[in-house]
Amino acid sequence: MLSVLVTLWGTFLHLFQRNVTVAYPEEMPYLAPRYRGRIVLTRDPDGEERCVSCYLCAVACPVDCISLQKAEIEGRWYPEFFRINFSRCIFCGFCEEACPTYAIQLTPDFEMSEYDRRNLVYEKEDLLISGTGKYPDYNFYRVSGAAIPGKDKGEAERERKPIDTRSLLP
Amino acid sequence: MTNFIVDGRVLTAKAGENLLQACLGAGLDLPYFCWHPALGSVGACRQCAVRQYDGVEDTTGRLVMACMTPIAEGARFSITDPATAAFRAGIIEWLMVNHPHDCPVCEEGGECHLQDMTVMTGHAYRRYRFTKRTHRNQDLGPFIKHEMNRCIACYRCVRFYRDYAGGRDLDVFGSHDHVYFGRHDDGTLESEFSGNLVEVCPTGVFTDKPFSAHYARKWDMRGAPSICAHCGVGCNTIANERAGQLRRVVNRYSNAVNGHFLCDRGRFGYGFVNASERVRVATVRGTDGERVEVEREAAVARFAEMLRGAAMVVGIGSPRASLESNFALRTLVGAAHFYPGVGAREAALLRLVADSLASGAVHVASLREAEHADAVLLLGSDLPNAAPRAALAVRQTVRAAGAAMAASARIPAWHDLAVRNFAGETRSPLFIATPAATRLDDIAQGPLRAAPVDIARLGFAVAARIDPTAPAVADLAPELDALAAAIAQALLAAERPLVVSGVEAGEESVIRAAVNVAVALRGQGRNVGLMLNVPECNSLGLALMAEADDRSLETALAARAALVITLETDIGRCVPGARLDAALAGARLVVLDHSEGATTRRAELVLPAASFAEASGTLVNAEGRAQRFYPPIVTAGEGREAWRWLAAAGRAAGRTNFSGWDTEDNVLAEIARTVPRFAAVPDVAPPEGFRIKGLRIASEPHRFSGRTAMDAAHDIREPKPPVSADSPFSATMEGYQGKPPPALLPLLRAPGWNSNQSLHRFQAEIEGPLTGGDPGVRLLEVRDGAAPDWHTAIPEAFAPREDMWHAVMLPRVFGDEEQSARAAPIRARMTPAAIALNAADAARLGAAAGRVIACEIDGEIVLLPLEIRAELPRGVAGVSGLAAMAYALPSWIRIAAASEVAL
Repeated sequence: MLSVLVTLWGTFLHLFQRNVTVAYPEEMPYLAPRYRGRIVLTRDPDGEERCVSCYLCAVACPVDCISLQKAEIEGRWYPEFFRINFSRCIFCGFCEEACPTYAIQLTPDFEMSEYDRRNLVYEKEDLLISGTGKYPDYNFYRVSGAAIPGKDKGEAERERKPIDTRSLLP
Repeated sequence: MTNFIVDGRVLTAKAGENLLQACLGAGLDLPYFCWHPALGSVGACRQCAVRQYDGVEDTTGRLVMACMTPIAEGARFSITDPATAAFRAGIIEWLMVNHPHDCPVCEEGGECHLQDMTVMTGHAYRRYRFTKRTHRNQDLGPFIKHEMNRCIACYRCVRFYRDYAGGRDLDVFGSHDHVYFGRHDDGTLESEFSGNLVEVCPTGVFTDKPFSAHYARKWDMRGAPSICAHCGVGCNTIANERAGQLRRVVNRYSNAVNGHFLCDRGRFGYGFVNASERVRVATVRGTDGERVEVEREAAVARFAEMLRGAAMVVGIGSPRASLESNFALRTLVGAAHFYPGVGAREAALLRLVADSLASGAVHVASLREAEHADAVLLLGSDLPNAAPRAALAVRQTVRAAGAAMAASARIPAWHDLAVRNFAGETRSPLFIATPAATRLDDIAQGPLRAAPVDIARLGFAVAARIDPTAPAVADLAPELDALAAAIAQALLAAERPLVVSGVEAGEESVIRAAVNVAVALRGQGRNVGLMLNVPECNSLGLALMAEADDRSLETALAARAALVITLETDIGRCVPGARLDAALAGARLVVLDHSEGATTRRAELVLPAASFAEASGTLVNAEGRAQRFYPPIVTAGEGREAWRWLAAAGRAAGRTNFSGWDTEDNVLAEIARTVPRFAAVPDVAPPEGFRIKGLRIASEPHRFSGRTAMDAAHDIREPKPPVSADSPFSATMEGYQGKPPPALLPLLRAPGWNSNQSLHRFQAEIEGPLTGGDPGVRLLEVRDGAAPDWHTAIPEAFAPREDMWHAVMLPRVFGDEEQSARAAPIRARMTPAAIALNAADAARLGAAAGRVIACEIDGEIVLLPLEIRAELPRGVAGVSGLAAMAYALPSWIRIAAASEVAL
């Protein structure tokens, strides 16, 4: 009996507190940067595509809504196409967790409703943004040993110059 | 059997196993790198360390390398001991010190043994903060990508490439931290087994270059157990598909056939499946001569109308089409009008091979048995070019003597380096007699270079030496006689002698001689094996199916039929255009094939037959083993199994013998009923209704990604997956994901073992057959009482002629086989057609190397550049690159140096 009264009292007190609802869309709520909304593909600090088409986002996706195909130019991997079917996406963020290059990121934007389901299929052109997103500094190819145009073997972070196999020196 | 104890568990090992093998065989997780089931142990990587205790009282024990440890009865070991586990984690940490942090852009990622072992040992965070050693890569040609930074120096690549496959141009350079695995200079890897480096390398140093061009991760591809369609060996493969495209072909272990390795033709020859010249829809030639696409029903109706209207119908079967399709054509046109789609010479050779193998007079050796032979006679066959995987098996035979020596010194067989060192240059006898040099000559005893008839005479002489009742050779040259005596002595002294020849020898007498030798050895109570190679994946099946008479492509065309049906055979590739036009004048032509070619361009009706990647079927390899292949591509559009087109047309034409031809199981039952030799083909693989726990076998890995996005670009609704009427596979990841029967293995993967090293989880014992037995059924077994029937037609000795050359066909590993020759990476390795002479003959002709030579072969003038091959016998000309043409070689041809203006 007492607990019922306590509960009713608590509810009554809410009458005098500030509203938590907002007049969306006139008033936009604050969403933290780590909010899991619309997915984007970002670029590295040099302005190149970060996605190296490793397929880890696709395999991490529990609803299998990511599909892509690897292509390569002189050692640099990139997606020939990159497709997310947002009509299936559950915004779990596993793809972002799985991404080894910080390419795929979830953003604080959820306003993407459509009348036609087909419009929820986003291709690479729809996903790719110009900036680096939440991780401004990371560049996968600066760290990895793969040689790409403009970065030869031995020029990544913490790498020595390539071995001269013809040398007999220790 | 030896009992031993690991962490308190009592396990049993087979005699002669090392501890690593026994642990893996018992299902324990023990990481390793340098050990490979086919390459043995060298103890280089220190990864498989375990702790060995001297007895129950010993609680300290000592570290030993499992791969280098023989097992004594009651020996006690620990894998989980914390100090030992820390040691293994330390080894991985060292190996990873220079690893380049590029797994996302590595083709090995997801099926990487190094990844698996790193996870298994628990090394997750990098502590090393200093700089990494780097290497430059090399361009290794159209098959293999090189990324040396990923190397962990396990030495598996050079051990396979040099020690196992006999390659010379890949080696290890430098020392200590600088060791470099590559070629002396950039350049194409010469060995025809270079593709195996991809599977042998535990990490991504060597990766598959054609696969990289349309790359997908292992978990993202549908797999199907397939059979290589590019020679007669019948290697088991797994074909991988994604998004309707055949992505790659990898090895599927079969203890009896290919073991762990494939040749490059089989691995990289699949490109024709994705090529633009594929026939995808049925076409009919209109009155204006243009081909127009037609619906399936209209095509069948047209076919039926042609069948009804024709007075005489001839069916040309194919050595590369399945038993089912060939049988359907035979049923449609009648056995009396069914011809094999091969030239007269090849047809006669195939008939001889089929009769010899089916006679039951001698045991037909499987590749595994061949590998364990201890004396080999190779007659007339350039095996490394014709059937590379078989040649790789023959290459291993010379180790038998050294292995026996090592065994007598109590060195275990798995102790690879010790066995090799102990054996030194000791080799089991391998006798090779061919017209031109082969890539097995380096291990052969004084290879004989002679014309085919002389090779045959040598063989007959060997048989007569072994068994005096065998027909003797008159007037044999003394040096051949001495060689024959030496060969006979070596074969008689051997425990497991092997006689090898094949259709590529070109001369019936050579095969007859080989059969005589084998029969003679069996008559002497020897455990002899006979291996007769055939050129195509179903050559033997077709030869066993055809009636025993003089059927060939030539007789088919001479039959002057009103309607000719060609099944998956490009007769326009074998027969020169003018002759084909004359033969087909007045005949209507129906072509069932998977690719456009010279024949489809002449056809009135072209029906899209599915390739090996879109159909299932049964093939009979050179061993007489019937094996089933399944399609990885399940959405092939209009293309369907050729037998389905033929049965549909037969039904539409009112034939009653096609009732019930709706599933492959029914067709196989019909084959078994009709052709007694094929009574066992329904048992080759489980029937369509086979289920495990009520489930079909899943053909996609459980991690398969992108299901709801792959097709979303053109249709947002996900299509319903097709259901196969012919196989127990489901088209998706839904279904049984556990261990299927060996004939239905779509994927090699086990928990914690994502790479192909998971194989031991599918075997009852290491290097034994897959759990449940090797797939396939041997159709030809030796029968007691099959009387030795000597071949007595011994040819005359070879005598060079003044005005003519004896032309023999020299096979090429890349380009001779029609389907693989359409694949871009194989085309990049093809050498142009040529005619070869020795230097003296070339001088007699007055021509230098590179000069264009006009050759008159079978009444045709062919222009070929001249090559000098010093080893060719005098008067013998070696023609290469014309294997497609149904020329009756060897034969005497006229050649002359053409004027250079002519070309």
